[in-house]
Amino acid sequence: MPDELQTSGEDDHADYLIEARNISKQFGSTLANNCVNIAIKPGEIHALLGENGAGKSTLVKILYGALKASSGTLFWKGKPAEVSSPSAARKLGIGMVFQHFSLFDSLSVTENIALALPKGFKKKQLAEQIARVSHSYGLPLDPHALVADLPVGVRQRIEIVRCLLQNPDLIIMDEPTSVLTPQEAEQLFVTLKRLTDEGCSILYISHRLEEVQLICHNATIMRHGKVVHSCDPSKETAASLAQMMVGGEVHSITSHRQTATSKTLLEIDALSLEGSGPFSVSLKNISLQVQGGEVVAIAGIAGNGQGELFDVLSGETRLKDSYAIKYLGVPCGRRRVNARRRLGAAFVPEERLGHGAVPDMSLTENVLLTRHRSGDALVSAGMVNKSLCHALEARIIDEYDVRMAHPGSEAGALSGGNLQKFIVGRELDRRPRVMVINQPTWGVDAGAAALIRQSIIDLARSGAAVVVISQDLDEIYEVADRISVISRGQLSKAEPVATISREKIGLLMAGMAENQQDNEGPYAA
Amino acid sequence: MTWLEPILLTIVTASTPLLLAALGELICERAGVLNLGVEGMMIIGAVCGFAVAHTTGSMSLGVIAAVVCSMIMSLLFGFLTLHLLCNQVATGLALTILGLGLSGLIGESFIGEPGHKLPQLELPFLSELPYVGRLLFAQDALVYISILGVILVSFVLFRTRLGLIIRATGDNHRSAHALGYSVRKVRYGAVLFGGACSGLAGAYLSLAYTPQWTEGMTAGRGWIALALVVFASWRPLRLLLGAYLFGAVSVLQFHAQAYGIALPSQLMSSLPYIVTIFVLVIISGNKQLTKINTPACLGKPFRPDR
Repeated sequence: MPDELQTSGEDDHADYLIEARNISKQFGSTLANNCVNIAIKPGEIHALLGENGAGKSTLVKILYGALKASSGTLFWKGKPAEVSSPSAARKLGIGMVFQHFSLFDSLSVTENIALALPKGFKKKQLAEQIARVSHSYGLPLDPHALVADLPVGVRQRIEIVRCLLQNPDLIIMDEPTSVLTPQEAEQLFVTLKRLTDEGCSILYISHRLEEVQLICHNATIMRHGKVVHSCDPSKETAASLAQMMVGGEVHSITSHRQTATSKTLLEIDALSLEGSGPFSVSLKNISLQVQGGEVVAIAGIAGNGQGELFDVLSGETRLKDSYAIKYLGVPCGRRRVNARRRLGAAFVPEERLGHGAVPDMSLTENVLLTRHRSGDALVSAGMVNKSLCHALEARIIDEYDVRMAHPGSEAGALSGGNLQKFIVGRELDRRPRVMVINQPTWGVDAGAAALIRQSIIDLARSGAAVVVISQDLDEIYEVADRISVISRGQLSKAEPVATISREKIGLLMAGMAENQQDNEGPYAA
Repeated sequence: MTWLEPILLTIVTASTPLLLAALGELICERAGVLNLGVEGMMIIGAVCGFAVAHTTGSMSLGVIAAVVCSMIMSLLFGFLTLHLLCNQVATGLALTILGLGLSGLIGESFIGEPGHKLPQLELPFLSELPYVGRLLFAQDALVYISILGVILVSFVLFRTRLGLIIRATGDNHRSAHALGYSVRKVRYGAVLFGGACSGLAGAYLSLAYTPQWTEGMTAGRGWIALALVVFASWRPLRLLLGAYLFGAVSVLQFHAQAYGIALPSQLMSSLPYIVTIFVLVIISGNKQLTKINTPACLGKPFRPDR
């Protein structure tokens, strides 16, 4: 089907909606974009693929006028165009849905949308228009709601509706499905289909290759600031796309699933916890047992209690009932983080900067943070043994392929993927018996993600119990032996990977476990 | 009623400088800039206003000079924090110290010189109303400006696009930038408005409240204005209420003494700050309310990555 769209006039530049020729962008000494060419036809969904740091965001920001290209030309509907600012882009007909939403928490939906529209609207009319347009595209919104009160899925709708109200010819979407349930993503695809039918083009940036294959008509693949391939994604496999992105064979993950036989290393028993504020989730009667040798993944959409559960497991939030959490059989509910670490537990929180590592400290100092009391003799008689810290840092950097601009870098200077490899490596290096990881590969490029996932599996196979909290279903299916879903602070029973389908996980995520238990639908894997 | 009227009149005069200065700071903070230099800008306004009015004999020129000089002070603050991205707290404190010192230097030859009081504008008929006439309709221009200013600021902030942009900039400067608004321009505007208001407050002190120049005559009113903005949880109408409350508290001690009620003056003068702490505790208990009203980017420097 994609081939039938706009097949005429391939060579005529006037037929492209937007065309970027020889775009380069220099940041200091690095060339973020190096003579990039991209052309998008009217009515197509065009995928932009690449690892983190490949230059996708830079290119997109240039198209949207948020960055100025060092050299190169843009053509809009066949004519050279100057996109000097986001408002100029909007005037031309380019809209953008950001990955990190550009919304204002303390303003209402209507006010948020009004800010992106040209002057001269009536608040009341605009509210009505928002309600109407959002319903007609299947993205219902309450125009008077305050953004702070809305879940992420709805926030994204605001971004999309904000774009739609400008009647754009091109919508740029940066990782739109990363915050959606599979069902919400399906709904989004329907909306996108309808938009393209109306002649609107979409530049679609995503890490999820299956999704790109499903909905995109064309794909441009970037690596190290250059365009390396252009192809029709439906004619490729996910593996071949990944290969183009990384520029080599992506290390495929080997799991050798086995049934865990050893004893229970982590036990959560009827854990309940009242939410501590208006924005936190209460945990309700959570029970889970994790055996040595297995990986249990906890799926769920952000903000359903993952953070609270992690804090309770790590000991940042301590419980009244000591028996609700047991590490290696020892009741730990009331113990502090370090006491749990000494028992052989290790934790990797979601936020890398500020929680997993201190941004302004060197990696050597960051090594010390979680390991000063875990029997590595890094500290003796209150004095830090620096050379030992250095040796440890070097070992982690070497073993987990952590790359940095210059030795002795601060944690904050590392790229997301490299810092995550370091943090995971720091914990794995201790050979923990139980490991809890929250969002192990969030915002990490494919190469680093594969390495991290493989090391998680290897750890489990060596006899440790691993809990992975993740929003990424592909990741969960790759690493997990059993899957459980967290929704509104409740945890579903962990089921073996082979018997739980994506549709069922989606329903559990949406909190519809009760009615849908037996109905796995026609898509059951 | 005869004993009440003078009390109420002094409350108006005590409250007006607080209201004017706080109104400017409110806009400034709504746009995300914390300018702790209110005290410094205010006293520069006071001394320049007095000096020009005294030399030229024109009250209007005095007021204009106060506004312009305070705006120059705020421009300095804006350049340091918005262009050079200096720490706003440190820069604000430095601005206050600079203002206090500079005003002493400028005002040295004016100490003890007699000044003129801003004329009272009596609105025909209305000022002759019984009881409230003299209180409400026979004040000087700056009192009217302060009240109209509250209404205007409230209208602009919540009813106009400009206000929406100001609030948006203070809430999330990254988003505002992504949508194509110039965070720096909006903030310069807000900082300059803050300077102008501080100048008016200063002029009120040296041309109406006590029409003369004495060193350090702002006496901490700039700090009370800062506290007021938080007290009002960044809403202009509550600011009006707060300013008159704080003004009342600060003059009540004198009237209490006059009627032979012995209240420790230290307690009375510390009252505005104690009240502010109470209010802070109360509003921070309500997270939802705090989240809506507090400008989330308050005090954070913004560097556009262009």
